[in-house]
Amino acid sequence: MSNELVNSPAVSETAVPVVSPRRMAFNRFVSHKAAVVSVFVLVILVVFVALSPLTARYGVNQSVQAPPNSFLPPRANAWLGTDDIGRDLYSRLIYGVRVSLIIGLFSAIISVLIGCVVGAVAGFRGGRFDDVVMRVTDLFLAFPFLVTLLVMRNMLGAISWLTPIIGKVSSVRFIIVLFSIFGWMGVARIVRGQVLALKEREFIEAARAVGATRRYIVRRHLLPNSIGPIMVALTFSVVSAIIGESTLAFFGYGPQAGDGATSLGILVGQAKGAVNTGFWWLALFPCLTLVTIALSINFIGDALRDATDPRMQKDG
Amino acid sequence: MLRFVIRRLAWAVPTLFLVTFLVYIALRIGTNPVESYKRINPRATPAKIQQYIDKNGLDPNYVRGYFRWLVNFVTLDWPRSIKGSREVWPQLKDALANTLRLGTAASVVGIFFGLMLGVYAALRPGGRRDVGVNTAAFVGISIPPYVSAILLQLLFAVYWSRWFGSTLFPTSGVYPPGHTGFNLLLMLKHMVLPVTVVAIQIIAVYARYMRSSLLDVLSSEYMRTARSKGISERRVLFKHGLRNALIPVVTIAALDVGSIVGGLIITENIFSYPGMGKYFLSSFGEGDFPLLMPWMVIIVASVLLFNLLADVSYAWLDPRIRLE
Repeated sequence: MSNELVNSPAVSETAVPVVSPRRMAFNRFVSHKAAVVSVFVLVILVVFVALSPLTARYGVNQSVQAPPNSFLPPRANAWLGTDDIGRDLYSRLIYGVRVSLIIGLFSAIISVLIGCVVGAVAGFRGGRFDDVVMRVTDLFLAFPFLVTLLVMRNMLGAISWLTPIIGKVSSVRFIIVLFSIFGWMGVARIVRGQVLALKEREFIEAARAVGATRRYIVRRHLLPNSIGPIMVALTFSVVSAIIGESTLAFFGYGPQAGDGATSLGILVGQAKGAVNTGFWWLALFPCLTLVTIALSINFIGDALRDATDPRMQKDG
Repeated sequence: MLRFVIRRLAWAVPTLFLVTFLVYIALRIGTNPVESYKRINPRATPAKIQQYIDKNGLDPNYVRGYFRWLVNFVTLDWPRSIKGSREVWPQLKDALANTLRLGTAASVVGIFFGLMLGVYAALRPGGRRDVGVNTAAFVGISIPPYVSAILLQLLFAVYWSRWFGSTLFPTSGVYPPGHTGFNLLLMLKHMVLPVTVVAIQIIAVYARYMRSSLLDVLSSEYMRTARSKGISERRVLFKHGLRNALIPVVTIAALDVGSIVGGLIITENIFSYPGMGKYFLSSFGEGDFPLLMPWMVIIVASVLLFNLLADVSYAWLDPRIRLE
């Protein structure tokens, strides 16, 4: 008798609650604590960057005080110290991150759009189109990333009639075009691989058996089932574009975003010289910012993977 | 299978020609070899310049020029470098050997520890050690090689000598300046830091691959079937789980090994390690066409070969993949 009374609320609770797949995905995303922290970090960063005239304490080219002002360690009027000609590192970081985020976002979005279309079509149709696409990506992926970037950069820069369209070698637009040209190939490979594995599965066979068109199968079955890898590819594209920009700048081939303007890569590039001379702040803070951004986006990508893969079980 | 390999090899040869042709065009447009020759040898006579153009196949017509270059390349009549007019092959051979040494060491260390960590993490998904490995792998991936290289140099060269009076590991080259002959211990000491920088990346990447691959396998239906048959957990894991989880990892490893020949540019540059990357950066900076072309051929050939290997291994390991 009393037993029944105690049990009844528990029974009603164990009744399966109706949760939409989207809600479940959201719950899984939120359970990834590092990703939630990363979202906050990125939002704060983006707000700071978007409001750069307000949040930066000095102009991008402005020195913090009258000379002597070079290589000042962190202090009240320059929180993160100053560089060789007395400019505030904190302000320059904000302007630099803005350029880097723009490069990362735009090239990643373009890469993923092209990569999904090409990869899905190549994987599903197979045949000659697949052969040609895969050989083209083979061709580009055959070279180390940096080599392709440098050679293509020089080549595109030397073709004078392209300059009005894609900008000068040292412009941000040029770098975005450059990264998009390579970025889609990695995505296309991932999507193609996923589609190849999926299309042998029973549910695709079933869809085909009931007369679904190819277009329908790709759009309703193959791409949605590949959304996890695509999301991860997107986040990786953002990171690799940001790191790629830094790498180019590190070797002196990066964007020179106008008069004295800066990018994260340019600031990180200064770190190389700053280490031996003991100006640790010039090495530490840009590197830390770069790693923080890359880490945050990677965490979000990982959480997206967990969230979009319904077969994943947290408790194993 | 054999038909597939033959078909791919039949593809690889024209691919190699096509790629080297495209590289030839890209380098001619991008580095302007004739101008670089004149810039580096300002007092060269017109006859010398013409000889340089002939030997390198720098005909104004790209197709004719390419075939000219190809004939010289295949008959091993390689032109000398623009700067200092040196033989190309001895330099290229040394660079290749140095890079292979560094790359192999880093790959072996990196893949071994990466796979171990991946399995270790995947066995308790969501647990503390999974979170630990995952976080560490993320940090490893998110740190570009030059950042870790700078930090390691700072620690083992600048600060170590400040604290203990001498540096622990040298930060540049294969041997100290002026050293001649072979010395294994010295060589290994010089390799420690660059191998660490490269291996950090490889460990992080493979720990992630292995973890996610094993997790995919562990949540699949055939694992449940295997368990329901009553096989021991150990056997389920090794026979059904690990072996299937390794399939995609092996494929990726084949691709990575192929790309390592030219993929250590950043690390080599920072540690002044005389490998393929340093060779490329210096010759690219000079626009040294005779040095660049053979380098490109080696890179492309190695990647094409390992690409084929990856595809074959994939089909061989996973019968569900159809090659034909």
